[in-house]
Amino acid sequence: MGSEPRLVEVRKNVLKQNDLVARVLRAQFRAAGVYVVSLVSSPGTGKTTFLEKILTRLCQSYSVAALVGDLATENDAVRLARSHAPVKQITTGTLCHLEAAMVQNAVKGWDLNHLDFLFIENVGNLVCPSSYDLGENLRLVLLSVTEGEDKPLKYPTIFNSADVAVVTKMDLASAVEFDWHSAHSNLQAVRPGMPIFRLSAKTGDGMEEYLDFLTARRDELRAAAAI
Amino acid sequence: MHELSIAMSIVEMTQEEAERRGGVQVSAVHLRLGAMSGVVREALLSAYEMACADTPLEGSRLVVEEVPVVVFCPSCQVRRPLSSVQLFCCPECGTPTSEIVQGKELEVVALEIEEWVQSPV
Repeated sequence: MGSEPRLVEVRKNVLKQNDLVARVLRAQFRAAGVYVVSLVSSPGTGKTTFLEKILTRLCQSYSVAALVGDLATENDAVRLARSHAPVKQITTGTLCHLEAAMVQNAVKGWDLNHLDFLFIENVGNLVCPSSYDLGENLRLVLLSVTEGEDKPLKYPTIFNSADVAVVTKMDLASAVEFDWHSAHSNLQAVRPGMPIFRLSAKTGDGMEEYLDFLTARRDELRAAAAI
Repeated sequence: MHELSIAMSIVEMTQEEAERRGGVQVSAVHLRLGAMSGVVREALLSAYEMACADTPLEGSRLVVEEVPVVVFCPSCQVRRPLSSVQLFCCPECGTPTSEIVQGKELEVVALEIEEWVQSPV
C-alpha cells in the first residue's frame, strides 16, 4: 500500500461566513431605514472625540446610536454616552478587528426602525479591519495631521477599502507642519475619487461640511429605497 | 494580526470539506491570496501551522498562490495589471481608477487528498 495525492477543486471564500452575516445585516439596516457608517483609523487618531462631536450634533435632529469596538476597556462607550445617544461597547478581547457577527449580536434588542444613523467605531487598527464587511453603507477612514501625510501609502489596503476620508486635528496642522496637498494626493493615489474632508473635532472647524455630506448620503439612500 | 482567525477559518472549512468527502486525509490546502486581501502571506503561513495543531490537518501544507491586482481602466476600456498598490491608475495611460477586478481574493481553491492505492507487487 502507498499513498498518492489527488487534487480536488473546492473554491470557497474564506470570509464567506462573515460576508453572509454582513449581507443579512445590510438588508436589515436597509429595511429599517438606518444609515450605517463605520469608522477605521490608527489608535490615537481621535475617532472617539470625532464621534462624540458627530453624535452630539446629529442628536439634535436625528435618532442616532453607536457601537464601539475596543480591546479591553469600556472608556470609549462612557465618553460617547455623554452625547446622550444610545451607545454599546463591543469588547473584542484580543481580537484586533470587528466582525459582522459581533455587530449582529450588539444590535440585538435595539429597535433599528427608530434609528436614522448608526455609527460603528472599529478597533484602532489600519490592517485587520480591512477584510471584514460589517454591513455598513459607508466606511470612513480617519487620518490625523500628527500621523504624517504618507499613512495612505503605508496602508493602501484599508485606505482603498474606504468610501470617504476625514483628516482630523487640523487645529494642529501648522504646529506639525502638515502638508495638506501631499496628504490629499496620497489619498487620491490609493483611492482615486474618494471624497476627503479636513476638520477639527476640537474646534468644530469643518464639521458642518462633513455633517452635510452624511445627511445628504442618507437622504440619497432613502430616496433610492423609496423608488 | 488577524491571520490566526483567518487560518482557523481555513482549517475549519477544510475539515468540513474532508468530512463531506468521507473523512479523507488532506495533505495540502491551496489558497488564492490577493494582494489587496489585507492578509500577509508569511503571517498566514505560520498562523496556519498553529491552527492545524491537534487537528487532523496537523502536518499539512498551505500552498499560497499570490494574486496580483488588476484594475479596469475606464479610458482604455480594458483590464490592466496595477504596477503599484500605492498608485491606483492605468499603467498605460495614467487614468486614475479604483475599479479592482482582481486582487481581493482570499479563497480555498483546491485540496490535496491522500489516496491509498495498492502498490504493484
